[in-house]
Amino acid sequence: MSDGTIHSAETAQANADGAASKRRLGIGFWIAAVWLFIVFSAALFAPWLPFKNPDNNFIVSGERPPYAPSTTHLFGTDQDARDLLARTVFGARVSLTVGLVAIGMGMLFGGFMGIMAGYFRGWWDRVISFVFIIFLSFPALVLAILITALLERSLRTISITLGILSIAPVGRIARATTISFADREFVLAARTLGAKNGRIIVRELLPNVLIPMSALALLGMAVAVVAEGGLAFLGLSVEKGPTWGKVILTGAGSRDLQKAPWIAIIPIIVLFLTVLALNFAGDRIRSYFDVRETAL
Amino acid sequence: MQTDRRIESGEPLLELIDLKTHFKTERGLVRAVDGVTLSLKRGESLGVVGESGSGKTVLARSIMGLLPSTAVKHGSVKFAGQDILGFSAKQMRHLWGAEMSMVFQNPLNSLNPLMKIGKQITEPLKLHLGMDKATATATALQLLRDVRIPEPERRLNQLPHELSGGMRQRVMIAIALACGPTLLFADEPTTALDVTVQAQILDLIGEQRRDRNMSVILVTHDLGVVAGHTDQIAVMYGGKLVEHAPTKTLFANMKMPYTKSLMRSIPKLSDPSHTRLATIHGRPPDLVNPPLGCNFAPRCMYALPKCHVEEPPLTPTTDPKHVYACWYPVGSPEFEKRDAELQATGYKPEDFSAVS
Repeated sequence: MSDGTIHSAETAQANADGAASKRRLGIGFWIAAVWLFIVFSAALFAPWLPFKNPDNNFIVSGERPPYAPSTTHLFGTDQDARDLLARTVFGARVSLTVGLVAIGMGMLFGGFMGIMAGYFRGWWDRVISFVFIIFLSFPALVLAILITALLERSLRTISITLGILSIAPVGRIARATTISFADREFVLAARTLGAKNGRIIVRELLPNVLIPMSALALLGMAVAVVAEGGLAFLGLSVEKGPTWGKVILTGAGSRDLQKAPWIAIIPIIVLFLTVLALNFAGDRIRSYFDVRETAL
Repeated sequence: MQTDRRIESGEPLLELIDLKTHFKTERGLVRAVDGVTLSLKRGESLGVVGESGSGKTVLARSIMGLLPSTAVKHGSVKFAGQDILGFSAKQMRHLWGAEMSMVFQNPLNSLNPLMKIGKQITEPLKLHLGMDKATATATALQLLRDVRIPEPERRLNQLPHELSGGMRQRVMIAIALACGPTLLFADEPTTALDVTVQAQILDLIGEQRRDRNMSVILVTHDLGVVAGHTDQIAVMYGGKLVEHAPTKTLFANMKMPYTKSLMRSIPKLSDPSHTRLATIHGRPPDLVNPPLGCNFAPRCMYALPKCHVEEPPLTPTTDPKHVYACWYPVGSPEFEKRDAELQATGYKPEDFSAVS
């Protein structure tokens, strides 16, 4: 996530500016946060907000859809004269749910397995690492296609599929982070004070492991949102209702891109900005909490 | 949990009999601790001195039962009358913190970076002594005062990175002392700190030892550190005890050339500037294939043929408390003869070209 040069540049700057600048998230983070807030709240409260019905056809007699953006349709409409603003917002409900559930599953199962492997080592580590390797070496897309082709393409199936796929990468990072902390003296110190394994994992290791993990969660969510778009292009995304992937797909034909570029471009911009904001926020949060080494 | 019988001051608290800790590795058996016999009374302090790799940390961790499962332990470790060497981690957990605790080398690493100081001190209090939150906090405050931390109320809500290194080591000591252990291990407690803070921390440990009547095992590579802060000193080399004596006796009458070399390696303020630092040339012995005879012989400037063949046993001097393992100790005719020869060639301890 962070390569050495960026990190050292950051530290150098932090040292130059004094300790205070280290504790600031910066304007960029807040822009990203505001954007994410808008997208998430629009998605969350969409049914109660004055959006048009995303499945209605707003055909104006005598004119052929798609309609370009106008005051009635801020984002324009697609070929079936469905309002794109409404479709993007309702699509966000699905896409973001998929992202949240996927990374949530990854954090829960991958995090648990990774911490177990990293803390107990030995057989736990061997078995769990083997499982991770199998998952990582199995082509993700093939697995996703397999599951979605065999089962009904509901929101639940898609979310769980992407969730399963995120277990191994998240778990590997959890394992590596745990190993680096399990060797630190404060863990040994906790043991010498009589703490049991469970307490050490929950009180000493988990909070330390969660920080890099939470930054990763935002990045992982971005990946899951993009992955949903990928599945949509294969016609394997959620069947009912709009998703970002499906909305983009409706405008992705070469004729549409020339004649009515807004159909694809507007949801792409929304998707792009959201993924960018997630990445940016994740990265800033990680360096914000990374006070341990630099503050010494 | 308290031990059944409280050990009174002056009674032996810890007894090691021929303690051996070996590690199975791919290269072979590493004899990290190889037959150490020691005894420590309640309220006494013991300095374990040696170079890196001499087995001093492994010795401390063997006693505490903090070794990985690859370690094979023999002999016996008696703590307050019971043999704890075979104790499982579960059994040891009752002793950890409550009866014996440890201060680590690097205070920057030994506190949880994400937990407030107050919480880190109160956790063991709640765990072992079953204190409620208010009592634990009050005790934590008292502990912080005991270890001379200014503004203890404020520290309780601070995170480790907000404190300096010396301050953090004080907090570590406060945590280690929290449950009133009878035995405190201090594994190079001052190595990561600067010199002025070092003395303060050592004084603090000594002060707490007297106040709480606990025993202290101070592990260090620096004879200077243990000189003023211990009752007895055990010098380790290659996993073995090579000299063991009450502190005063040892400094007055060093028998083992290794101890002498360690002593020489401490820079002296009275030396003129640009004096070359005295070192012990060579490296500590390979613990998988230790040399035949005396472990130190290959690096010893006073070694004679016998030293390379036969291992010297631990022999007492006129004082039965002072034991050493050397065929030709400091003061013996052979040693003096060799010393005179070395002096004649213009040898200075720091000048290795003369010997090699």
